[in-house]
Amino acid sequence: MVKLKRRGNAAGAPAPLRVRRATAADLAQVIAIDARATGLAKPGYWAGILRRYGRGARSRFLVAEADGRIVGYIVGEVRDWEFGSPPCGWVFGIGVPAETRESGVATRLLEALTAAFRRQGVAMVRTLIARDNRLVLSFFRSQGMTAAPVIPLEKEIG
Amino acid sequence: MKLQKNTLLALYSVLEFAAQPARQLSVADIAARLRVTPHHLAKVLRTLGRAGLVDSERGARGGYRFVANARRVTLMDVIALFEDIGAPAPRARRARRPGEAALEAVLAEIDQTARATFGSVTLDTMLKLIARHERG
Repeated sequence: MVKLKRRGNAAGAPAPLRVRRATAADLAQVIAIDARATGLAKPGYWAGILRRYGRGARSRFLVAEADGRIVGYIVGEVRDWEFGSPPCGWVFGIGVPAETRESGVATRLLEALTAAFRRQGVAMVRTLIARDNRLVLSFFRSQGMTAAPVIPLEKEIG
Repeated sequence: MKLQKNTLLALYSVLEFAAQPARQLSVADIAARLRVTPHHLAKVLRTLGRAGLVDSERGARGGYRFVANARRVTLMDVIALFEDIGAPAPRARRARRPGEAALEAVLAEIDQTARATFGSVTLDTMLKLIARHERG
């Protein structure tokens, strides 16, 4: 368990948090964080995420590391004219273990991702969250995000 | 979307309290700021008190103080104390009009979105929004 506000150096300072690109060595911990939140381990999916978003200039798969452990991840990419929208940054996923929440990890991850988006010349960041996912919705709201001028639609076709 | 008068009063007052959690604020002061009678506001505050959002103290320096976690309490938590937005309308005894079920499905979509929106905005986020609007 990594309690960023309580652990750290002998002086009691929070453990330093480092945000960096994910590597293959991080995947097991990322998969575990995701599995605890969703109840489903998806190793193939995360290996694909690393391949697609791990290296590109316009994409990011970032992890937050403290005390040598992964305490959060975020995935996003700049996409042009997706859903008719001018180029903007999309956040596809974010995860922080329950015991590390409210210590600023997700905020740092989102800041790092939006900084990367800005360097790519975009001025807007978007995401899509399940309506009943109050935790993640509340987080993005707390970061100043508001409803986008789009309406997601769906239809059962099976 | 239109909220009832007491619901709005509860939201405005709980935000006043949450903005100054260390301070006890008198009913009269908050009522004057919100332009309602202290009697009317007191009824709303009693409901907020029973829900554990504010605490009251009697006496000359008495008043109400915010005692909840502003990062956890959402607008929906406050609204739900006063009204049930999105509750299905009571079933009419008359025969349904043509198209009524389909229209209800569309209205239910709107209600679900409203509930999700209110449920995702915490008091802390609202205080940031207020500060941003006041800065212009």
